[in-house]
Amino acid sequence: MDINEIKIVSGTDKNGNSESVEELTIRKGDILVLAGPTGSGKSLLLSDIEQLANGDSPSGRRVLVDNKVMDPFSMRITACLSQNMHFVMDLDVGSFIGLHAKSRKIETNNTVEKVLKQANDLAGEPLSADMHLASLSGGQSRALMISDAALISNAPVVLIDEIENAGINKTMGIQLLSTEGKMVLIATHDPTLMLTAQKRIIMKNGAMFRLIQSDDVERKHLKYFLEIDRVLEGFRHSLRHGNRLDEETLKRLVELEGANHEQ
Amino acid sequence: MRLITVSGPPSSGKTAVICRVIEALRQQAVKVGVVKFDCLSTEDDERYKSMGVLVRKGLSGALCPDHFFVSNIEACFHWGLDEGIDILISESAGLCNRCSPHIKDVMSVCVIDNLSGQNTPKKIGPMLKSADIVVITKGDIVSQAEREVFSFRVKNVNPRSTTMHVNGLTGQGAEELARLFAESSDVGGLGERQLRFAMPTALCSYCLGEKRIGEEYQKGNIRKMDI
Ligand SMILES: Nc1nc2c(ncn2[C@@H]2O[C@H](COP(=O)(O)OP(=O)(O)O)[C@@H](O)[C@H]2O)c(=O)[nH]1
Ligand SMILES: [Mg+2]
Repeated sequence: MDINEIKIVSGTDKNGNSESVEELTIRKGDILVLAGPTGSGKSLLLSDIEQLANGDSPSGRRVLVDNKVMDPFSMRITACLSQNMHFVMDLDVGSFIGLHAKSRKIETNNTVEKVLKQANDLAGEPLSADMHLASLSGGQSRALMISDAALISNAPVVLIDEIENAGINKTMGIQLLSTEGKMVLIATHDPTLMLTAQKRIIMKNGAMFRLIQSDDVERKHLKYFLEIDRVLEGFRHSLRHGNRLDEETLKRLVELEGANHEQ
Repeated sequence: MRLITVSGPPSSGKTAVICRVIEALRQQAVKVGVVKFDCLSTEDDERYKSMGVLVRKGLSGALCPDHFFVSNIEACFHWGLDEGIDILISESAGLCNRCSPHIKDVMSVCVIDNLSGQNTPKKIGPMLKSADIVVITKGDIVSQAEREVFSFRVKNVNPRSTTMHVNGLTGQGAEELARLFAESSDVGGLGERQLRFAMPTALCSYCLGEKRIGEEYQKGNIRKMDI
C-alpha cells in the first residue's frame, strides 16, 4: 500500500467549538508528536486516523488519504500501538503471532521466530512462544505489541500512544516502528520524544490547538535532554539493583550541573 | 417497513450498538421501534424508552426464547406497521447458541465482542453463521493485533457476512451500520416467510416440567452420550 499524504480536516472540541488548527497534512517521512495534558484528546485524534474518521466520530473530523475518503475496512494503512498494556485473548504467544500473520496474508515460515526475537530484544524479561498471551507482564505485552506492529502490521502510517510508560526501551521501539518513508504520529508526555519530531501538535480540550514547528534552538536542547535521560537511567538501574546513593554519586551530579552551566 | 433482527451473546453490546444506530438514524428523521426479547427479565426496554424510542418487550419465561420469538414476531411486525415505524429492530440474546432468530431475506445482525474469546465465533453457531452483518464491539479494550485476529476468526465462520467494528460507547462505526439498516429492503409482511435455521427438536419430558433425574423419567426426544 503506497500512500503519500494524510490530511486531517478539523472538527470540534469537547464543547462543539471549531478547532483552531483547521487542517493538518502529514506527508511520507514525517514524524509528528501530539502533546497535551491527559484527557486533552490525543488518543481520540489517533483513533480518528486509525478508523479513517469521516465525520462519524465524536470529534467530527475527516481523514483523507491522498485526498480521498477511504473505507477503513477495505484497507489497512495503519499500525497502531494504543495505551493497552495487556492482551486479553485466550491464546498462546506463538499461535497468536501465527494467526495474526495469517490474517494479514503473510506466508513466510519463520515469522513467529522473527517477531519473538524482536520482542525479546525490547523487553526486560524474556518471552517465549508457549507463554499464555493474557499472562504476559506489561513490559512483555508492549514489547510484543511493538514487534508485531513493526513486522506484521507493517503499514505506511504508524500511530503510537504513550510508549514511554511501557517499561521497555522507548527509543529502540520508536526506531523499530518508524523505518524510512513512514508517517509516524506519537502521543507523548516525554520531552525527549517531543523534540525528536520536526512538528508537534498541542492538544487542548479535545481539539488541535496549536501546530508548532521545531527549530534549531529547540534541537540544541535535545542533546541535554538525552544526557539527563542517560544519567537518570543510570541512577534507576543502580537503585533497582540495591545500591545506595553516596557522596560520590552526588559529586558526579554536581559536576554535571556545573558542566552544563559552563556550556 | 424494514425489519432487522439483532442477536448475540449476553452483554456483547447489542443494546449499546442499537442505541448508537438509532441516534444516527434520527438525524435522517427515520422513525425507529424496538422489540426486546429475553427470558426472565430485562431493563433494556427502559434504556430505549429513556431515548424516546417506541419499544415492546417479550419475556419467554419457561419457554425456549427462540420458539417464543418466532411465535410472536409477526404480531410485533403488525404493531410496528400500526405505529408508523420505518425501521423495526428486534433485539434478542442468543442464550443457548443453538438457535438464531434470523429470517430469510430479512436483514440480520450478530453482535459479538472482542473480549469474548477467540473460539467464541465458532461456538455461537447459526446466530453468527447465518447473519448478514457481524458487528464486533469493545475494540477500544484490545490491541490492534487482537482485533485483527478476532475478525479473521469471524470471517472464517461466516465468510459472506459484512464484518464491521462499532464502539458501543462512542458510536464510532454506528453511522455506517445505520446506513446499511436504512438501505435494507422493505419487508412487506412476515406471513409465509421462513427462519434461516430450524429450531432444536427438543420435545422431551423435561420440556413439560419434569424435574426428577433417572432413566424412567426420560420420555420423548432423548439422546445419550457415548461414555
Ligand atoms: N468498552 C466498551 N464497552 C462497551 C462497548 N459496547 C458496549 N459496551 C458495554 O458493555 C456492556 C454490555 O452492553 P449491552 O449493550 O448492555 O449488551 P447486550 O446485553 O448485548 O445488550 C455495557 O456495560 C456497555 O456499556 C464498546 O464498544 N466498548
Ligand atoms: Mg441488551
